[in-house]
Amino acid sequence: MLVIQNVAKRFNGHPIVDGFELSIPLNGFTALIGPSGCGKSTLFDLLMGVVPMDRGEISWQGEPVADLRALAAYMQQRDLLLPWFTLEENACLPAELAGVPLAERRDRARELFATFGLKGFGHYLPDMVSGGMRQRCALARTLMFGRDLVLLDEPLSALDAITRRILQAYLLLLQTAFDRTILMVTHDVEEALLLADDLLVVTAAPMRICERIHLDQPKPRDTAAPSFLAIKTRVMARLEKEAIPW
Amino acid sequence: MVGARYIHLVLIGVGIGLWEAGCRLSGVPDFILPPPTRVFQVALGEAGMLLPHAGVTLLEILLGIGLALSIAIPLAIGMHARPAVEKALAPFLIASQAVPVFALAPLLVVWLGYGLASKVLMAAVIIFFPITVSLLEGFKSCDRQYRVLFELMGATRWQALHKLYWPWALPYFFAGLKVGVSVATIGAVIGEWVGAQQGLGYLMIQANARLKVDLVFAAILWLSLMGVGLWASVGIAERHYLWWKRSLKEG
Repeated sequence: MLVIQNVAKRFNGHPIVDGFELSIPLNGFTALIGPSGCGKSTLFDLLMGVVPMDRGEISWQGEPVADLRALAAYMQQRDLLLPWFTLEENACLPAELAGVPLAERRDRARELFATFGLKGFGHYLPDMVSGGMRQRCALARTLMFGRDLVLLDEPLSALDAITRRILQAYLLLLQTAFDRTILMVTHDVEEALLLADDLLVVTAAPMRICERIHLDQPKPRDTAAPSFLAIKTRVMARLEKEAIPW
Repeated sequence: MVGARYIHLVLIGVGIGLWEAGCRLSGVPDFILPPPTRVFQVALGEAGMLLPHAGVTLLEILLGIGLALSIAIPLAIGMHARPAVEKALAPFLIASQAVPVFALAPLLVVWLGYGLASKVLMAAVIIFFPITVSLLEGFKSCDRQYRVLFELMGATRWQALHKLYWPWALPYFFAGLKVGVSVATIGAVIGEWVGAQQGLGYLMIQANARLKVDLVFAAILWLSLMGVGLWASVGIAERHYLWWKRSLKEG
């Protein structure tokens, strides 16, 4: 279980995050949703230790940790593939830097590529394939970190609607096939409702949770089901209320 | 379009034609301005005499480029890795450019003699600055999110340099190197003017003194061809090392 307590950060005197709390059970999938500019990406930078926290406690499986650097893999909206490496070399990079032998990391990458529909594309350069394939490669690279936790920062928001829907199915595999514990930030309500066990609606500046929704419908979920639509309407209304205060 | 591809050849041809016509119509004597046909005649006819001199100058330039690279690359890496190093060295780097390098040429000859060393150093002093600055700019232009990614993957400094910063900066490096090789010729020739026993610059000074202007022009022609050849070599190296960019161009 991941527990985050009391996280606070100010930039130039302005509180971005103030007393933020969150907990995710082992193998859970939690989505954070909120207006743009609410400090979601800053929260990830704080959790990963890229930017120091003013205060806050993090614990994983009961053990306090300074940050999630050694525990989590991080995937962003931009695929951040290196154009001078092939897709396979890109995916292998975290394992290579960690000193995993070539044959072993190659086998792991090929397995992942097969799972993510990239079989046979390992020797392609990123510039030669579509945005959806690049992002699937980035997803494979995220798994090659070999970490229990995955932080997803709007991972699909640069993709078109159809590609995004396909990628959402792959994201679900993180939980179901790869047993990861996932924290995802998104501003796509439907995406959050499709994938998450817990949905946290957050407000902007300072960021705090204004509504928690537990979603216990089995996955994969049907976006056309009445119960799905009812929750979607409720969340949209809540978000609009936060974004437009009058 | 074929016309656009060969337009530079057409322009050169027109220029040479005007020069030739001007010389013939005005009757300027050869020892003031020889016509291009005369220059080509000397450049080819005296090739046996020009070649050893050209070889010396080319060697000076190549050694100068090598020396400049062996200073510029570690310097740029060091300045990028440790901002304190950059802060400490930047004023000297800029000052080194403020001093007219040509003013140093007589000194270098006094210190290093009439041989290769003074010319090699001359060429190196001129070109190491554009290479260092462009490489450093290349390192600095690396996207923050990529740097964070490498940090989170636990990359060592060496790994980040090898897999991220160096390939990222390579296009900048080649831009600097292209500027460098084009001006390297200037350094070597100036060095030879000031004091040498061989080389195309030496030959030019000798020929000039004897009013053999056609030989001066022939030497200039050889120098220009060397410059173009160096530029083209860098272009070939660039396409070789930036192979991953070519796929972008070809779409």
